[in-house]
Amino acid sequence: MNETRPTCVNGVAVAIDVEPRTTLADFLRHRLGLTGTHVGCEHGVCGACTVLVDGAAVRSCLMLAVQAQSCDVVTVEGLSSDEALSPLQASFRRNHALQCGFCTPGILTTAHALMRDEPDASEERVREVLSGNICRCTGYVPIVNAVVEALRDARAARGKEAP
Amino acid sequence: MTLSNRLIGSHTQRIEDLRLLRGRGCYIDDLKLPGCLYAVVLRSSFAHARIVTIDTSEALARPGVRAVVTAADLKGQIPRIPLRMHAHESLTPFQQPVIAGDRVRFVGEPVAVVLADSQALAEDALDAIAVEMEELPVEASAEQAPIAIAYAGTRGAAEQVFAIADYVRSASFSVQRQAALPMETRGLAAVWDAEKEQLTVYGAAKVAFANRDILAKMLDLPKTSVELRELDVGGGFGSRGEFLPEDFLVPFAARLFGRPIKWTEDRREHLMAATHARDLHCAARIACRADGTVLALAATADVDVGAYMRTNGSVSARNFAQALAGPYRIAHVHSSATIRITNKTPTGTYRGPGRYEADFVRERLFDIAARDLGLDQSTFRTRNLLRPDELPYAFPDLAPIPQVTELDNGDYFETFERCKADIGWDEKQLLQGRLHEGRYHGLALGCFIEGGGVGPSEDARLVLHADGSIAVHVGSSAIGQGLETVMAQIAADAFDLPIERFRVFHGSTTDVANGQGSYGSRATVMGGSAVVMAAERLKELIRTEAASRAGCEPTDIVLIRDAAVPPDGTPLLFTEFAELSAEATFLNSRNTYSYGAQAAHVAVDPRTGRVDVLDYVSVEDVGRIINALTLHGQAIGAIVQGLGGVFLEHVSYDDAGQLQVGSLAEYLLPTTTDFPVIRSTALENYPAPNNPLGAKGAGEGGIIPVAGVISNAVAAALASFAVEPNVLPLSPQRVWELIQESRHAGAVRSPKGQRE
Amino acid sequence: MKLPPFRYERPASLDEALSLLAGSAADAKVIAGGQTLLPIMAFRLAAPSLLVDIGSIAELRGIRIMPDRLEIGAATRWCDILGDARLAAEHPLLQAGIGHVAHYQIRNRGTVGGSLAHADPAAELPGIAAACDASIVIAGPEGKRTVPFDEFFLGALTTILSEQEIIAELHLPRWTPQRRWAFLEFARRSGDFALAAVALHYLKDDSGRLADVHVGVMGVCDRPCRIAAAEAILNGNEPSAELVAAAAAAAAAAVDVDDDLHASQAYRRALIAVLVERAFEAAEMRGG
Repeated sequence: MNETRPTCVNGVAVAIDVEPRTTLADFLRHRLGLTGTHVGCEHGVCGACTVLVDGAAVRSCLMLAVQAQSCDVVTVEGLSSDEALSPLQASFRRNHALQCGFCTPGILTTAHALMRDEPDASEERVREVLSGNICRCTGYVPIVNAVVEALRDARAARGKEAP
Repeated sequence: MTLSNRLIGSHTQRIEDLRLLRGRGCYIDDLKLPGCLYAVVLRSSFAHARIVTIDTSEALARPGVRAVVTAADLKGQIPRIPLRMHAHESLTPFQQPVIAGDRVRFVGEPVAVVLADSQALAEDALDAIAVEMEELPVEASAEQAPIAIAYAGTRGAAEQVFAIADYVRSASFSVQRQAALPMETRGLAAVWDAEKEQLTVYGAAKVAFANRDILAKMLDLPKTSVELRELDVGGGFGSRGEFLPEDFLVPFAARLFGRPIKWTEDRREHLMAATHARDLHCAARIACRADGTVLALAATADVDVGAYMRTNGSVSARNFAQALAGPYRIAHVHSSATIRITNKTPTGTYRGPGRYEADFVRERLFDIAARDLGLDQSTFRTRNLLRPDELPYAFPDLAPIPQVTELDNGDYFETFERCKADIGWDEKQLLQGRLHEGRYHGLALGCFIEGGGVGPSEDARLVLHADGSIAVHVGSSAIGQGLETVMAQIAADAFDLPIERFRVFHGSTTDVANGQGSYGSRATVMGGSAVVMAAERLKELIRTEAASRAGCEPTDIVLIRDAAVPPDGTPLLFTEFAELSAEATFLNSRNTYSYGAQAAHVAVDPRTGRVDVLDYVSVEDVGRIINALTLHGQAIGAIVQGLGGVFLEHVSYDDAGQLQVGSLAEYLLPTTTDFPVIRSTALENYPAPNNPLGAKGAGEGGIIPVAGVISNAVAAALASFAVEPNVLPLSPQRVWELIQESRHAGAVRSPKGQRE
Repeated sequence: MKLPPFRYERPASLDEALSLLAGSAADAKVIAGGQTLLPIMAFRLAAPSLLVDIGSIAELRGIRIMPDRLEIGAATRWCDILGDARLAAEHPLLQAGIGHVAHYQIRNRGTVGGSLAHADPAAELPGIAAACDASIVIAGPEGKRTVPFDEFFLGALTTILSEQEIIAELHLPRWTPQRRWAFLEFARRSGDFALAAVALHYLKDDSGRLADVHVGVMGVCDRPCRIAAAEAILNGNEPSAELVAAAAAAAAAAVDVDDDLHASQAYRRALIAVLVERAFEAAEMRGG
């Protein structure tokens, strides 16, 4: 019988009640039905499965579901509401930063963490941080443009809000 | 008929993004299939062996295992997968069986299929299947391997010209085995309704209709009993979607066991089971006048197609034979490509198949000749580039399956000059071969053509629904290229309605009667043109319907946005009509040829062999731009794939036919930091003459010239070493070795070109 | 590539972890970040029946600056090292090297202990440990023992760790601010394993002569190591292009990895020589 451990996914408390060998990726996709997180390689290279665990971008194929006990997990589904795309997502759309969309959730979560932790990140830093996410369709130029633009817009918005 | 041309040509943001960005796409593994069993394939670990026995008893006893399928379940009649393109009687013996019978012929060939309650349990049982194999000799190299077929493209009398020309030069070239490697692996889900005798298979891509026909025949079912449905697809690039063993095995198992079956390929097996590409090696020659006029071009190539001829295994050899001369005026051409059978994973199409290889060979020969004759790279090309008034220009004769086709229209000089301007060609010439801050700089450029819009037909069906929305059904397949948006734009412009009123359904056999799919850069041209035609028919139906209500002639009705307005002025809204639907088939037998030029500026570190691509520029005329955003995306994406092919990617085998790339840590794909500077521009000055949109297929042009341009840029950078980068990939080690070999041979030249 | 089945325990203390290992009939593996172990298991190259997760054991975390050494808990993650502001001055070479480890997401999970236990000769942390004369504190059934790095790392993917032992800490000698240093690696793409790498540091005496030179190399032998021959050439001498080239040649001569899928021996020799020269240039530029 699997031990049940508590965790929180996209703000909702859930129980991890799967075999220890179930990866966090498979738990999210098949147990919780959150299929936005994609599995591209299952050996920690492509980054398509990236989610946020306690705010940090991690490869969910390289984490056991049971290791997410008492953590705060955020997937691509948790990055926006039904009503609107997040500014980052809107920037992706404007810049055509996705084609087949398979790698996209992993890139969004990674970029989301970067934007939150390093709001002044340079273009070079954006490239470096995203170098662990493989995209076969776009050739990356539009992705980097989208993230850089979102960072710039966020800085401008903060500038406007400052007293 | 004219189109309003408001959305067409614009930077329309994609409709599919709204769900894909939210993680609400539905790719095959996302599909929930209640009550299903999970299939996992046992694959051969030998390159060539006779199967002596297969004992599945222990596997069947493993927890959760419900069945194990082997060749025995096919009762001596193992179907073989036919060729979808360029079938030829000589190829029949090389068709791939849907499961290994008495023999395995490549590492990765399916031997058995385990069906279990979960994918993990099925995988657990794999090592319990006892397979006794007797190893057989392995054909590990194409060199002397058995021949399947040989393609040849011939124009004029090349041999005679080589005998008398002022300048003749030979060289050997090698393009390594590559793989398309979409980010989503393959997958299928099959449901058999025994009562209705209806089979539904999800996970189709690219060519669902052809696959439906092949599957129906293999299962001895009428086509109407088989439905293939396309969901969201995570990339194709010419590889995913063609009929492979699992496309039979999964539905077969569903019918045999009366349970839905789900199969998800993992990356390890994708690397060995999904179709490989390229792997072409040739000896080539060029003959010129002293002034650089190219008189003849010849190449004798071997294509290592692997163990079997898959559905489109001939295409790269055929294209190499046909397109060696590219957009240039070369009176005498003889290009042969012999397809050879080895004990490796079978190959097929991958973006720009055969053309990537052909351009590499041709453009390298051009720069070698230019250097020998003392001409600069640009002059050499303009001397030989076809002029607009020389088009249409016929391709060489192709054998054994002829195809009459010609370069349609265009101004190859325009894109060439624009490309030169964009990279700053003239200003940067002083960098050629110069050592600056420890690196040698080099530039090169090349011209290309991209064949697209492949016929023969495509279907579209438009349905006006009661709520006023219009459904656009196309036979074309979506593989990530923004098909939904492009088709919606075309339909929206046809009706002069907002794009939100349209919903696009694609690629499934339920959508249209006779779809063809997405390959050979045909979706926009063929599917888009079918949409244009169907839109006109639907508008005609609406006018007829409105006319009968208004008591006038259809020609009296004017359509203004979502209303049909009769002469008396009382508009009839589309929502007032019952469901109306119109279909159209666009027929086309002429390929389109978009074209352009690319240029690169590289810097080579001679001590490590690392090459940095400082600038990469592309200019392409695509006839008509439908969506400027997605078109640009195709160009950049294709170029980066091309760069990956030049520098990083290599599916390598050892002498025992064992695959040496088992993970993405070994098959190196480009990442964000590898090629940061790529610039691409699209022109639309020469619309295609063969379709109502004027569009030319444009998804592959970006990749086609890359190998030629980069290797020439490296050669230019290392001019003082007189290296010839003719073997791909140009890994740092290979570049370093070229320099070492050159040093050893004492072939180092001083910058003025004198041998030391 | 689903994982093979296993039992999972998550002990709260090091003692608990050790007793789990002791009681498991030699088929247990320790997991912390899992960034190396899980891919290996996904390929079914290892199938332990028990995973002992030490990731939440408090006594295995933390970076402590002691008078004569840095103590780094085995469960310390790469991001902890990169995010520790003290280390910019306390051990810049360590921070620089760890910046090259894999990718952003891996750095949020991978640990010091995991890297040491895996013992890849091309990895950054073992290379820094070799270059800095580190020691490893190992916890076992008999208690803790401290082992010099050279005795810990036996060869490619091989350490002296027994199945009942857990790496507890990595100790690095305190850094001195006058040290000049550089970390340079050559990899096919950003984040890939190094084909060759150099971790270099040294002092200069008042007359400008090199002293206490440490030339650590990765990826070119079956273990990361200091190249004594290169150090001997440099120590006691004033730096010059010829001197550094000679040291680089000595490093190249020390390469003993055979040709493999990633690089030939000849190419690795060329790489390590270039890296030594360029590392020296970078270190000199860094000096005050």
